[in-house]
Amino acid sequence: MISIVYALLFYVASILLVVGLGMKIWRYATTPAPLKIPTMPAPLTKAGVGFRLFREVAFFESLFKSNKWIWLFGYIFHVALLVVLLRHLRYFQSDVWWWVKLIQPFGIYAGFAMVFALSALLARRFLVERIRYISSPSDYLMLLLLIGIGASGLAMKFVSHTDIIAVKIYMLGLMRFQIGDLPTHPALLIHLALVALLMIIFPISKLLHGVGIFFSPTRNQVDDSRTKRHIAPWAKKLEEGEDR
Amino acid sequence: MVELDISNKKNPKYVGDPLEIPKLACGAMADSQTFAAHPKHNTDLGFPPELIDNWKEVAIAKIGELGKKNRAFQVYLDICVKCGACTDKCHYFLGSGDPKNMPVARQDLLRSVYRRYFTFAGKYFPWLVGARDLTEEVLNEWYTYYHQCSQCRRCSVFCPYGIDTAEISMAAREILDSVGKGQKYCNEIIAKAKTIGNNLGLNPKALRATLEDLEEDLEDETGVKVRLPLDEKGADILLITPSADFFAEPHIDGLLGYAKVFHQAGVSWTISSYASEAANFGMFIGSYENMRELSLRVRKAAKDLGVKRIVFGECGHAWRVAYSFLNTLAGPFDFLDQNYPIPQHIMEFTHDLIQKGELKFDKSKNDEFRVTFHDSCNVARGSRMGDFPGGQFELPRDVLKACCNHYFDMDRDTIKESTLCCGGGGGLLTDELMDLRTKGASPRMTALQQVTEDHGVTHMAAICAICKTQFSKVMPKFGYEMDNILSVHQLVSNAIILDDQVLEEEKQKAAQAVQEAKAEAK
Ligand code: SF4
Ligand code: SF4
Repeated sequence: MISIVYALLFYVASILLVVGLGMKIWRYATTPAPLKIPTMPAPLTKAGVGFRLFREVAFFESLFKSNKWIWLFGYIFHVALLVVLLRHLRYFQSDVWWWVKLIQPFGIYAGFAMVFALSALLARRFLVERIRYISSPSDYLMLLLLIGIGASGLAMKFVSHTDIIAVKIYMLGLMRFQIGDLPTHPALLIHLALVALLMIIFPISKLLHGVGIFFSPTRNQVDDSRTKRHIAPWAKKLEEGEDR
Repeated sequence: MVELDISNKKNPKYVGDPLEIPKLACGAMADSQTFAAHPKHNTDLGFPPELIDNWKEVAIAKIGELGKKNRAFQVYLDICVKCGACTDKCHYFLGSGDPKNMPVARQDLLRSVYRRYFTFAGKYFPWLVGARDLTEEVLNEWYTYYHQCSQCRRCSVFCPYGIDTAEISMAAREILDSVGKGQKYCNEIIAKAKTIGNNLGLNPKALRATLEDLEEDLEDETGVKVRLPLDEKGADILLITPSADFFAEPHIDGLLGYAKVFHQAGVSWTISSYASEAANFGMFIGSYENMRELSLRVRKAAKDLGVKRIVFGECGHAWRVAYSFLNTLAGPFDFLDQNYPIPQHIMEFTHDLIQKGELKFDKSKNDEFRVTFHDSCNVARGSRMGDFPGGQFELPRDVLKACCNHYFDMDRDTIKESTLCCGGGGGLLTDELMDLRTKGASPRMTALQQVTEDHGVTHMAAICAICKTQFSKVMPKFGYEMDNILSVHQLVSNAIILDDQVLEEEKQKAAQAVQEAKAEAK
């Protein structure tokens, strides 16, 4: 029974994630930026813009300039999350890639780092007056959700062991649309439910920043307004019938 | 109050940190109110005369419309993670402590309404995501706090996603205008610029008289006939400059500087009475249509006068619109000489001549000034000069160093891309907002006081009409005189040596020598 419920949960969550995100990306990609508004100084070429975005995504460059504490905790969290995600690839591969095997031990450290950094961010939300002021319940809950995912994941390793081989067989089955038996270990069930919840809210929450940054005109535009005319389709219409 | 005591150099007094974060003072600026526009000025701009009955529906529909027309608006409302990195970056927050002046909180005034009507969570769980209904109270709050943003973009530099509160506040003002809640200062000025050609409402006759007076002054000063031509067909260069350059101090001295540079370069140039304004207030109210209409005046003037090039005078927001938007709004400029940047900034023009060694200066003429440079926000973060990123920082400094012996920069965290707005930009340069303007200027003033303490800096130079006016008003509140703010081209004007001026001086010297010789002979 639980196996079926979780199977449905994951199918629904995956669909919502993919479709929701796809719709948002489509929306962002097709909405014009009527004016050139890169935050200057900005790169003069497309390659330069690529490099600027790379620095933002890989190093959180602007955040580093802005606030060292938020950068530190935010950066640790995101890097740790990446390592943890890569580590989880093994649950979806029958033949696990060599480098996924290689990072397995680091994934554990990353799990701790992630929970630590998230807790620090949560503490800042409570303790720093300015950040408390701008926080809504969802902002706290989002952090708690991620901490819950990390903590339940770590619990499976360090508190009471879960039969992860069975989990892997279940996951591989889901990918072939076969519903096997999911171990009914509480930490595992909590972990999976929270992950599914995260997938569902991703496209309808601030988690969109993960894709939004690539569409941010202040960061993704080339500084070439004097040499190249930039005009939005709806603005072009205003010029119809004008004697230029 | 700081003393302008240069002898105090060895033992600098600590004047405070310009970026010191204040304690939150909720509601501190809630009473700051800017005057509502006259119904006539709203309709002149194509907006309803006053608050319409169905304002709520119209405002919500407008949010939806903007989300489809402007990607920045849509993406920025969606993706803010409330990290708080921008919370201490706004000069109005630093100066007032009002939390609604923290950039993210300013965005949230609108985001909360966007969420309520356009997002799943906001529709069904408003309390969860801080979504709220659009009420008249909210509308008034928008009016209050979106008129406490100078659209300086400092927050955008520091946001990990580049979220630009200026974009949100322009959109908010457009929404307000669309329901009939316009601001007097901006809308009155735009109406004037659209009919008369400049923000001051200076008609061609008055403009001509002013320019003629200035020509006389110039001749008296230099002994050379330096011209300030108006509406001269066939001139090579059309100068578009803020109308404040025609009458305000220290703007005028900048204008005289441009005239001398053009004179020395030997180019023919002209001002246009039809497009006698560089500043484009259409940007401040987020109105593409109004901004476009004003920009088309520049195009028409250039065509009618048959010029080959367009050069802009010292003005911050104007240069942003010119550099970043003019080609979009009024291009393509295929009828101009493509060998020059279109448009070009006067600083680029002057810098170019200095590089080529075609301008000579007597730097000692500026020895009474110990100068620093205030990077105007919209030049710094909304435009460029020269052919490399960051040229907008280097060119004015190069020019200043070429004509002054004593130049010092302010704290690195308060200049260049991190520059602090003067506090009067974005349509806030109006008397009823004096309290806000003073608070907004205080971080910049503290940074200035630091260099006054450390290096005996006496004067600050700027390249923006708004900055100049704002500083001449607020500097006295911080222990300076109102003329401690200078135009960059005023310093150029002081130091530049005109060729014919040399001849003139030599002639005089020669004449004197002859007379002396005669006297001796007697
Ligand atoms: S820095 Fe950007 S993402 Fe962070 S709170 Fe400010 S606007 Fe939001
Ligand atoms: S654009 Fe400038 S004035 Fe407006 S919120 Fe950002 S920092 Fe403040």
